[in-house]
Amino acid sequence: MDHFDEAGAAVEAALDAGARYADARVMLRRTEIMSARDGEIEDLSSDESAGIGVRALVGSSWGFYAVPDLSAAAARAAGRRAAEIAAASARVPGPAIDLVPARAQTASWASPCEVDPLSVPLSTKGDLLVAATAAARDAGADLAEGLYQIWDTRKWFVSSEGHRIDQHVRECGAGITASAYGDSEIQRRSWPSHRGQYASRGWELVDELALTDHAARMADEARALLTAPLCPSEETTLILGGEQLALQIHESVGHAIELDRILGWEAAFAGTSWLDLGRLGSLRYGSELMNITIDPTIPGALGSFGYDDEGSPAVKRDAVRDGIWVGVLAGRDSAAVAGLDYAGSVRSDGWARLPMVRMTNVGLEPGPHTLDEMIAATDDGVFMDINRSWSIDDRRLNFQFGCEIGYEIKNGKRGRMLRNPTYTGIGPKFWQSMDMLSSETVAWGTPNCGKGQPGQVGHTGHPAAPARFTGVRVGVRG
Amino acid sequence: MSAELDLAARVVELTRRLAGAAAEAEVVAAHSAEALTRFANSAIHQNVAEATTTVRLRLHLDGRTAGGSTTVTDADGLRSLVERTIAAARLSPPDTAWPGLTPPTPLLAAPGFDEATAAAGPEERATRVREFVRAAGGLETAGYCRTAYASGGFANTLGQAVKGRSADAAMDGIARLAGADGVARRAGGRLTDLDGAELGAIAAAKARAGAQPIELPPGRYEVVLEPTAVADLLDNLAGFGFNGKAFAQHQSFAELGAQQFDESITIADEPLGATLPFDAEGTPRDTLILVEAGVTRAVSHDRTSAAEAGTVSTGHASPASRSWGPIAADLRLAPAPAPAGASGRPPGSAPGGVPDRSSGSAPGGGGQTGTGPVAATARALMAGMHRGLLVTDLWYTRVLDQKSLVVTGLTRNGVWLVENGEVTAAVGNLRFTQSYPQALGPGSVLGIGTETVALPDRWSGVRYTAPALHLASWNFTGNASG
Repeated sequence: MDHFDEAGAAVEAALDAGARYADARVMLRRTEIMSARDGEIEDLSSDESAGIGVRALVGSSWGFYAVPDLSAAAARAAGRRAAEIAAASARVPGPAIDLVPARAQTASWASPCEVDPLSVPLSTKGDLLVAATAAARDAGADLAEGLYQIWDTRKWFVSSEGHRIDQHVRECGAGITASAYGDSEIQRRSWPSHRGQYASRGWELVDELALTDHAARMADEARALLTAPLCPSEETTLILGGEQLALQIHESVGHAIELDRILGWEAAFAGTSWLDLGRLGSLRYGSELMNITIDPTIPGALGSFGYDDEGSPAVKRDAVRDGIWVGVLAGRDSAAVAGLDYAGSVRSDGWARLPMVRMTNVGLEPGPHTLDEMIAATDDGVFMDINRSWSIDDRRLNFQFGCEIGYEIKNGKRGRMLRNPTYTGIGPKFWQSMDMLSSETVAWGTPNCGKGQPGQVGHTGHPAAPARFTGVRVGVRG
Repeated sequence: MSAELDLAARVVELTRRLAGAAAEAEVVAAHSAEALTRFANSAIHQNVAEATTTVRLRLHLDGRTAGGSTTVTDADGLRSLVERTIAAARLSPPDTAWPGLTPPTPLLAAPGFDEATAAAGPEERATRVREFVRAAGGLETAGYCRTAYASGGFANTLGQAVKGRSADAAMDGIARLAGADGVARRAGGRLTDLDGAELGAIAAAKARAGAQPIELPPGRYEVVLEPTAVADLLDNLAGFGFNGKAFAQHQSFAELGAQQFDESITIADEPLGATLPFDAEGTPRDTLILVEAGVTRAVSHDRTSAAEAGTVSTGHASPASRSWGPIAADLRLAPAPAPAGASGRPPGSAPGGVPDRSSGSAPGGGGQTGTGPVAATARALMAGMHRGLLVTDLWYTRVLDQKSLVVTGLTRNGVWLVENGEVTAAVGNLRFTQSYPQALGPGSVLGIGTETVALPDRWSGVRYTAPALHLASWNFTGNASG
């Protein structure tokens, strides 16, 4: 059963109520989350949400209204209401809004999925988390936690320009964490990432993670961290593992190239960007090794789709090429304001939320080296991996990240484990210091990117490989 | 019986029919309507509204537990919810931590509910935005005005059946001038208490005072934190320190009965009137004193964490609290007692001393008249500072170590150098790395403002009430330029 008719009715009603453009999305989403602790299931929730969200453009303003009722009558009422809300915005009008041209699309798209994660028996999924957390606990963790999440989303999109697109996106992922308690602090080790690995794939992804196989090592390392020496406070050469680099890309590149931030649309909440559109195409963002792409076409990555939530097809673009800033994440309205000729990066986290500029897969193209080669080429430095904390200023310049684990590097060899490793810097200065880059790329999934008001949780992907940076301040402490 | 309580009761009955009399089930049906008018570059650019009814069922069957929810509330949708939750429970691994259901317990009386706020339309929000923009006097502005309404019903197979509703309004905006941002924000139960013009004037005054900032070297500085910054302390204390699950798992600094804070610190959770009067397990909400005169007295619990800690639920269950822990969402730091004979407190502003839920926060309390960078509630504290920093907002704070609650983050929306009680220069944003309990520890609190301000959380649905704070030391570890 499709829902094009309801979406179409909402669009027609919005136009009849005075909108000069309208679109509507019907979304059905099923989610399943299970968590476990110390060999026992802690929580299991299976949720279902269905509704329609209508976007109407009246004058210079958007109006948006959403209801969980998929009847044609409710859809028409929602369309009218969206137009009324947009009209109320005329009390504080802004410049006229245009939309970059789009070709009407009639299409259907589905993410790749070998094993439907919702069809895997709950007992099988539960047994996995029980076994993995029990293994970590048995190996000495004071607290062992595990989690999987599944999202199954179907959506039907119709616009007043003739779009009719349906998509089926299946996403899932999982991870475990082992904690060890000291007298005054707690150390954690996580596999495969601090919140797990996620992708637009089926349960085969979770099977590949082999959670139980890594549980004992996580527990061992967490305990070892309690007595490891502190990361020194110094300026040194820093090698980051791919998972941490993925978050570095997310925070200091991905958010900075969001066009709505650059235009000031997120100024009061998420913040703005240090980037100035006048320097698009000429500003040096990083070293010549830095090639960042915006690529929602990567099969199975968490930020992949066929069409974004205003009907623009997925297209790969450059954001940074040879270290020069060349592209942004844009929607049809923000691109028109900026004088750009492309969109394609607008999504919402559900039928009840207004689509907005969102990262897709923002990733760093690989380099020629391996992690081992980078360590061998480093006389004195620190290796850090697996994010533990993240903070960056509202212009996306000053960052400070903490990692779960660090190792000193001396004379080309990985040495002692280091506790509480942190590093800090300024985005462009940091990226300009990147002098070695690995080929060992993984498309890490970030399922918890917060943005917008009312708040939305975005799913983004970040292909990243280990990389080396020089002259970085590490070991920031309170 | 409300529509939501009726809905919850029907799902309980359906569950009994399909799962048998031995099933333990609890159902929350909640209708929420949220509308938000967002402005940027001094124009409304996003204007949104949604209305949703969600039914959430948690079922314990043969020693196993599963939960589920749906927004599809017709007969087929509800039956589907019950059937899949039963199926999930039967396939789930055993739940040895099941704490049982909330027995029939009456609700406490909550403060009045404002119908006008619940029914507010986009024009009323847009009018406040217009007033904010005008009051900023030509400075670039951005922010939002929000109204929200919730009506909920809870029923379980043990006979607990309660209902309630709440309304909420908030406004949060910045004014910008030559790279300097000033902010003003307020939350409350009545939209009419939000004065867009007052808030716009405050934000503009701060922005105008932020020009040509100097940079200061990292180090420990004495600080006056304005209420907007203090809200972040309350947020992190609630999420990591007073979280009953973290406490039960020995991940929190909290030690009940210990003098962990300065004796001037009293913190309470005051949910009545700010949210539904019961939690996701049907436990009635009430004021919970977390810290009294510097002594940690309690943490927030749902039934699971309470059972693990050997105590009773404090009414802080949420759909996610079994996984993430029960978190208090309406924290209030008590202000200092007003000086004897003081008469300058605006009507309705909260007096000092132990929190009293009958006293709301003042519309305009803690504000200023539109000149200078200092909130009224911070002025007296600033006057007592020899050399230190006046901080408006803390931003992007993240926990480095949960046990000691060491947090890193940045200042935002205005920092000023204060010398001999006077603002002498605007300062560029600074990064800090600081243990929050240590900053509030015995002997570390030099003063507390006599007025509180109710503030919305940056996300939604959470409210903090705070005075300004004068602290002996705050550890700044860098400035925004590196």
